[in-house]
Parts: sequence; structure tokens; C-alpha cells
Amino acid sequence: MNAPAEQATWAATETRLLSAWYATGRPADLTDHLRRYGSPPVTAARGNHRSAPLIRALEAAGLTGRGGAGFPTAEKLRAVAAGRGRPVVVVNAMESEPASHKDQFLLAVAPHLVLDGAVLAAGAIGADTVHLCVPRGRSAQYWQLRRAVDERRAACLDEVDLRPHALPHAYVSSESTSLVRWLNGGEARPLSAPPRSHERGVGRRPTLVHNAETLAHLALVARHGPGWFRQAGTPDEPGTTLVTVSGAVASPGVLEVALGTPLATVLDRAGGAVEPLRAVLLGGFAGTWLPAEHLGTPLTRSDLARLGAAPGAGVLVALPRSACGLTETARVLAYLAAHSAGQCGPCRFGLPAVADDFAALAAGQADALLLSRLRRRTGLLPDRGACRHPDGAARLAASALECFADDVEHHLTHGTCAAARRPPRLSVPAATPPETWR
Amino acid sequence: MTRTRTLRVDRAACTGQGLCAELLPEMVDLDEWGYPILKGTAIPSHLRAHARRAVAACPVLALHADRGAG
Repeated sequence: MNAPAEQATWAATETRLLSAWYATGRPADLTDHLRRYGSPPVTAARGNHRSAPLIRALEAAGLTGRGGAGFPTAEKLRAVAAGRGRPVVVVNAMESEPASHKDQFLLAVAPHLVLDGAVLAAGAIGADTVHLCVPRGRSAQYWQLRRAVDERRAACLDEVDLRPHALPHAYVSSESTSLVRWLNGGEARPLSAPPRSHERGVGRRPTLVHNAETLAHLALVARHGPGWFRQAGTPDEPGTTLVTVSGAVASPGVLEVALGTPLATVLDRAGGAVEPLRAVLLGGFAGTWLPAEHLGTPLTRSDLARLGAAPGAGVLVALPRSACGLTETARVLAYLAAHSAGQCGPCRFGLPAVADDFAALAAGQADALLLSRLRRRTGLLPDRGACRHPDGAARLAASALECFADDVEHHLTHGTCAAARRPPRLSVPAATPPETWR
Repeated sequence: MTRTRTLRVDRAACTGQGLCAELLPEMVDLDEWGYPILKGTAIPSHLRAHARRAVAACPVLALHADRGAG
């Protein structure tokens, strides 16, 4: 996937999480990991409740969650530490976003960096248990994680209990409330807040749910400090981030880039576009289509927000001009509709209706009222579910209508385009509902 | 002490019975499948009694008037 030799030439400040991988080209076991980083500085991170040195370091570093929401990590730790009862840490390595592979890749090459982060976070907030959540479908990953945990147990490295779990694999089962609900013996489907997980989560205890990559960054901040962390990235959005680049690029895969890197440079690092590009799908299936003329935009939340987009889980899918953006979007919407938890009205009725209309539009079978109906129904998806699933699907649909406005016109007046008859470009899993939620 | 109340729908519990829109049309619309669309969440004082009735009438207890300003 990633050839270490050719990528080792990047600026050292921009490879952190993956630096061991680039240097050695093989996954780091505990011996490799301890040789490179030493044991996790748990005692140095510990402190009383809100004043733990690690939390202060994270605040100074400006680390934010890398799972999509981008919430400040220090604030999250503080909120959990301030809760009633002994906290619990949950590592979210579900990565249910089909276009994202960064957490799987990170766990494969540097599992102990993620585990260090979880152990350090647990130490800082006074938690005694860490639940490690991976999807059931990726059994190799689960067993590798168990081996890593066993290595640590054998070395008596940690004072906290590390518990790997294999959860049902559905798009919405990576929502933090789904993890909490499953760990409490229920189904891996999102719950309505309140109560919020950070107040009352696993076993009714304050629960810190963090994305795997975020915890790996945390482990490095604990060792090298906030000043080091800020050497990469922008002053407002410091650090590096993992991205998954796919689509019409020469070498698709997982990369580590500094925040603020222009999108075009990110694509170049993935070998560059192999044909002229029409657009980039940014953030993931619940993301935004960004027209190719915006590829000079830096990869930061604030720069992308101006264009109505977000980095999400660090997904970039390059769509060539020879592809039909409407057809690709219709396939993704069908998948998102099938993978909803089916709990709330907007996902039971609105999202499937939007997906069906989009499929008709892509196939050139639109009736006269389709476009206005599609816009109205899309507008009614956000903010009306227990989780953000309908919001994400609405974002994708709305951005497709805007980004591919010329194609919409063509499909409405002349029927489907020639590109729609070519094989699809995006890799979309089958639009079938998950077999089990438990 | 604040007496502000905020209207909230438990979306996973809601089954689209539509009583809320009947009893509190000032604040609740329905989509084409009968699921509520909130026009606002802060309950004005003159609608407080209506809101209370709507909350009590929901057959699946999905409508809530939370204390505080959301």
C-alpha cells in the first residue's frame, strides 16, 4: 500500500505516527515500539482531576479529535474527569467509513502508539478500564490487537485493563453512542442524547470515547510536549493528520500530512491524479463534493468550512472528469440508506426516498417534480435524527446537486450521460443492511 | 431560577403518531411521513400549558420539555 522508501523523503516534521513505519517498513511490535519511544510516561501524565499535566499539555498543543467531529481533546478529557464515578476509556477503531483506512492502517503498523495513548488518557482522567472497539468483519485486525494487548500484559506495562471487543460492522455502529450502547449489552445503534456518554456511559460511568488516531497523537504529545506538536500544521490547527486518498490517483493509500497542506499537494503525495479531475469527495461518504478548482484549499477545518466542506475522517476520493458524479453519489446514498439504524423517521423514510430519487436522477428517469422534491426532502434530513447519519447523507446529496449542477441539467433534459454507463469509480460496499446489531 | 423550557423530540423513540403537531401546531409541523419538524425549541411562556399537554399526550413518550435553554 505505502512504499516506505519513496515516502521517507518527506519533511520529518510531517511524519509522526507513521515515522517508524517509513523507517522500517514493518509493523512495530512492543520491543520495536519501546526501543523507539520508551514506555508511556503515565506517572508524568497523572494528576488530580482537571489539573493533570497531560490535559494541560494537550490544551497547549491544540490537539483535536481526528475521528471527524474535531472536538478539542483536552476539553473532552476534562469533561469526563469532572464526571461522577470512575471514568472509562473507549477506543473507537471502528472506522466504518468505507473510504477511510487510516485507523486500520495505524493499528496495523503502530498498535502500541494507539494503546499508549489510551493508557495515558486513562491515567490522566483516573480510568481503570480501556475498551478497544474494532469491527467484527476485520478479524485479522482484532487478533492482531489482541496479540498487542497480550504483549503488554506479559511485560506488565500498564496498570489499566485493556479489553479488545469485536462489534457488529455497520456504518452507524462507529457512532460513540453505538459503542457505549453495545458495551452496555445492547445493540450497536446510536442513542439519543441525553444522557451524554461523557456524563453517563459504559456501566453508567463517565466515558471518554476517542478515535484511535487521536490517541496516537496524544501519546506523542505526552512524550514530546505541545511545542513539538505545534511544529507541524497551522497555528490554529496544529499537528499532522492521517488521510486516506483513493480514486483517480497513481498510488492510493494512507498518508500523514501536516494540517494546512493544500489538497492538491495531498493528491500529489498519493502519486498525483492519473486523469483530469472533476471533483474530490472530501471527508467520506457523509462528506462533501468539492469541485476541482478548489484543490488549492489548505486541509484545515476553517478553510474547508468556507466552502461548506470538512476534513471529516481525512478522506479524499479523486473523481475524474470521465466519471458521472450523480451516479457515484446515487450509489453512496443507496449504501447510506441501507446502513442507517432505521430508528428515526428521517432515516426510515426520508433517506431512502432521497436515495431513490437520486438513483432516478442518475439513471435519467426523473419526473418533472423530482428536483424540487429531492431538495425539499434533503433539507428535512439534518438535525432530526438521534445521530448525525441523516445530516451526513443530506450534506452529500446537497453538495452533489451543487457540484454537478451541469450534469443535473443534462440528466433532467437529455436523460443519463455516457459516463453513467461506464463502470463506477468509487468503491462502495453492497447496499444491504447489516445482519446484526448485536 | 430560570423557568425556561426547551422542546425536544427523542427521535429514536418517535413513531410519527403526530399528536404533538395537533396539540402544539405553533411549534410542531409534520413531514410527509408524519414525523415532527420543530419550528423552534424555546417554549414561549404563553405556550407552556399547550406544550405540557403535548408532552403528556405523546403515546410513546418521545416528546420532552427539558428544563433550561437547550
